[in-house]
Amino acid sequence: MTNASAEPLLALTGVNTFYGQAQVHFDLSISVTRGHIVCLLGGNASGKSTTMKIILGLVKPRSGEVSFDGASLLGLSTPQIVRRGIASVPEARRLFADMSVRENILMGAFVRNDREAIAQDLDKMLTLFPKLGQRLSQRAGSLSGGEQQMVAMARALMSRPRMIVMDEPTMGLSPLYVDRVLELIRTINQEGVSVFMVEQNASLALEIAHEAYVLQTGKIVLSGPARALKDDPRIRDAYLGGSEAA
Amino acid sequence: MSSWLDYTINGLIVGNVYALVAVGLALIFGVSRLINFAQGSIYLVGAYIGWVAVVQLHTPLPLTIIVVAVAAAIVGLIIERFGLRPLQNSVRIAPLLATIGISFVLDQLVMLTFSPNPRALPSQLPDVRFQVGGGTIGPLDLLIAGVGLTSALLLFVFLRYSKLGWAVRATAQDRDAAMQMGVDVNRVNQAVFGIAAALGGVSGMLVGMYYNQIDTAMSLQATLKGVVAEVVGGAGNVPGAVIGSLLLGLVESYGVAVFGTSYRNLFAFLLLVVVLVLRPNGLFASARQAPPEPLTGTFIAPSRPVRIPRWALAVAAGGFAVLPLFPVSFYVLQTLINAWLLGMLALSLTLVAGTIGQVSLGHAALLAIGAYSSALLSLTFSVPVGLAIIGGGLMSAALGTALISPSFRLRGHYVSIATLAIGEIVSLVILNWESVTRGPIGISGIPPLSLFGYDLISPTSIYWFSFAVMVVLALLQGRLLTSHLGRSFRAIRDDDIAARAYGLSLNRYKSLAFIFGGFAAGISGGIAAHLYSYINHETFNTQQSILALTVVILGGLGNVVGAIVGSVALVGLPELFRIAAEYRILIYGIVLLLLVRFRPQGLLGTI
Repeated sequence: MTNASAEPLLALTGVNTFYGQAQVHFDLSISVTRGHIVCLLGGNASGKSTTMKIILGLVKPRSGEVSFDGASLLGLSTPQIVRRGIASVPEARRLFADMSVRENILMGAFVRNDREAIAQDLDKMLTLFPKLGQRLSQRAGSLSGGEQQMVAMARALMSRPRMIVMDEPTMGLSPLYVDRVLELIRTINQEGVSVFMVEQNASLALEIAHEAYVLQTGKIVLSGPARALKDDPRIRDAYLGGSEAA
Repeated sequence: MSSWLDYTINGLIVGNVYALVAVGLALIFGVSRLINFAQGSIYLVGAYIGWVAVVQLHTPLPLTIIVVAVAAAIVGLIIERFGLRPLQNSVRIAPLLATIGISFVLDQLVMLTFSPNPRALPSQLPDVRFQVGGGTIGPLDLLIAGVGLTSALLLFVFLRYSKLGWAVRATAQDRDAAMQMGVDVNRVNQAVFGIAAALGGVSGMLVGMYYNQIDTAMSLQATLKGVVAEVVGGAGNVPGAVIGSLLLGLVESYGVAVFGTSYRNLFAFLLLVVVLVLRPNGLFASARQAPPEPLTGTFIAPSRPVRIPRWALAVAAGGFAVLPLFPVSFYVLQTLINAWLLGMLALSLTLVAGTIGQVSLGHAALLAIGAYSSALLSLTFSVPVGLAIIGGGLMSAALGTALISPSFRLRGHYVSIATLAIGEIVSLVILNWESVTRGPIGISGIPPLSLFGYDLISPTSIYWFSFAVMVVLALLQGRLLTSHLGRSFRAIRDDDIAARAYGLSLNRYKSLAFIFGGFAAGISGGIAAHLYSYINHETFNTQQSILALTVVILGGLGNVVGAIVGSVALVGLPELFRIAAEYRILIYGIVLLLLVRFRPQGLLGTI
C-alpha cells in the first residue's frame, strides 16, 4: 500500500458494491494521504466512476467502510458529505447550463454563509482562471469544453474543500487545455487541497500524481507511488485488459 | 361582453389564473420531472378554504388571500412529504400515479366535507366596472392581474436572488450536480411544492370569486388547463408557463367569442395536441434542450409475474360460468356484470399501458366511441344489436387509433398528457356535435341487448353474455402476449430506441396495440350503452379512465388475468362491504396510493 505514516485523509476499506446482482467492487481499499494527489486508473467499466459516487454518497456500498478525516461517511447524504469538506468535479463537468458562469461558480459556495469571504474567493478564482473574467455573465452552457472545465474546477474550489474528487478531468479536452488542467490541479494541490482523481489517461495522470491505484473489473490490481508505476509494464497490461491474472 | 377588447381582457385575466397553476406545475416539473396531477386538487382546496374564510369567518380580502396561500402551502408540503418523498427511488411512473391518487383523495374529501353542490364565493369587492377604451374592467379583474403580476415578480426575485432559489434552479438543471454542491434536494422539493401549492390555492380562490361559484368539478379542469399551459410553454419552463397560460386564456376567449361557450375547453385541448405534436418541447424550447424524458424501461416496475396454473384458471372460469345456476341474488349478478364490463376496459388498458408502455389517462374515450357508435347504429340504422356492438368495437379501434396516432412519437408523461387531452376532446366533440350525437341531451331509448333476434333481458343472460365476451377477449389477448407480436410490444416498452434499432416500426406496433385495445374497450362501451339504454357525454368520464388504470395497476401492468382480478376486486369489494357510493372514489384513490407505495407490481405482477 502507500507509505502513509499518519492517518489518511480519505480511506476506503474493504468496499463491496453491487448494482442489482452485478458486483462492481471487490474488496476495494484505497487511501488518500493528506496533501497528496492520488489517482485511480482504469479502463471502461472498471468501476472508477462508481468509486467517485461511493465517496460522494451517490451510491451506497453493500459492505466496507468509507471514512474521511477519521469519521465514517457511510449513512451521510451527499450534501452532508460536501459539508465535511469534499468537493467534486464531476465527469463531463456537469455545469448548470442555463445559469451564468458567475452563478455556477458561486453555486460552489452553496454550503458557506460568509458572504464577504465568498466574494474574495470569487476574485481569487478569477486570478487563478483569468479567462473566466470576461465570461462571468455568459450562460455556462455556451462555453467551450475547456472553459467549462475551468468553471467546474473554480466551482469545486469555492467550497474551500479539504479534498477535491475529479472524474476524468481531461476527458474530451483539446491538448492545449489538457496541459493547462493538469497544471491547475498541481497548483490547487500545492495550496493544500488533497486531490483524488479518476483517469483513463494513465501517462498524463501519473505525471502529477503522488500515488496511484489501478482498478480492473472492480479489483485493485496495482498500486504504489506514481513514479514507480510510470515505468511499470503491467500498467499497459491492466489497461488493455489483456491479462486477467495481473 | 361584446367588444374584442372585452374578450382580450377576459382572456388575459383567465390566463393569469391559469398562470398561477401552471407556474407551480413548471416548478415541480423542473425539479422532479413530475407532472403533478394533484395541482388542481390544491386549487380546489384553496377555493374552499377561501369560502370558509370569506363566508364563515368573514375575513377581509387581504387576510383571505394570506390564509388561503398558507393553508394551501401546508397541503402541498404534506403531499410532498408523505405522498411523494417515500417514492423517490421508485420507478418513474410511481410519483405520477401517486399524484393522481392524491388528487382523488383530496377531491373526495372536499366533496364529502362540503357536499358536491356548488357554492357562491363572494369577492367582497365593489361591483363596478370601469370603461377602458371600448371595453370594461372591474376591480376583481385588477385584483387577479395584480396577484398574477406580484406572484411573478416575487417568484423572479426568489429564483434570481435567494439562495434557495438558486438551489431550485440548479436542481432543475442537474440534480446530481446540485447535490454535489451541497444542495439538499428534499428541501428544494419542499420549497417548490409549497410555492406551487400556495399559488394554486390562491388561483382557485380567485377563480371562485371571478365566477362567484365553486364546486368540486373545478379540480380536474384546473389540472388540465394548467398542464396545457405548462406544456405549451415548455415543460419545466417557468416564464414559458406564464406565456403559455396567457396564450391559452386568449385562445379560449376568442374561441368562445366566435363559436360559443361550450367550445372553450375544446380549444384548450386542441391547442395542447397541436403543440405536443409539432413542438413537444413547448413553443419556446430551444434546440439545445435535451429531448423530453429519455425514459424507457424504468417506467414499468419489473417483476416476476405470479404463475397461475391453467387448470386453476379453467376452474375459476368454470365456476363463474355456472354461478347463475345457483340461487344467487340479482345484486351479485349485477355487480359481476359491471366487473366484466370493467374487465374488458382493463384488458384494453393493460395492453396499451402495460404491454406496450403507453400509460393512457383517457381510456374512457374508447368506451364512449364504442357506446355512441353502437347506440347510433342500432337506433338510426336499425342494425341488429349484436352487430352494432361489434361495429362499436371496430369504430373505437379505428377512430381511437387515428386520434392517438399523432402522439405516437411522444414518450412517458407526454403520452399520458396527450391521451388525457384526447379523452377530453372526444367528450367535448360528443357534447358539441349535436347533429350526430344529440349533444348535451344524450341518447335515450337505446334498444336492449339482443343476440340473433333473442333479447337478453334477464340478468342471467346478460351475465353470461358479458362474461363470455370478456373471456374471449382475454384468451385472444393472452395468445397475443405469447406471440411474436407480444414480444415486439414489450421490446418497445422496455427500450424503444433499441427496438427501433432492431427494425421495429414504432408507429405500426403502437397502432396495432391501440387497434386491439380500442376494439376491446369499444365492445365494453357498446354493451354498456345497450345495458344502460341512456348515455350522454359524461357517462364515460375521466374518473372511469382512472378507475381502469387503478384496476390495471392492482392486477399488474400487462397482466391479463390481473386485469380481470383487479376489476372483480375493485367493483366487488366495495359492494361486499356495502361502502356508500360517495366513498368509493376515495377508496379507489387510497388503493392507488397504497399500491404505488407498497406493491407497484400489482397483485399478480407485471408481465
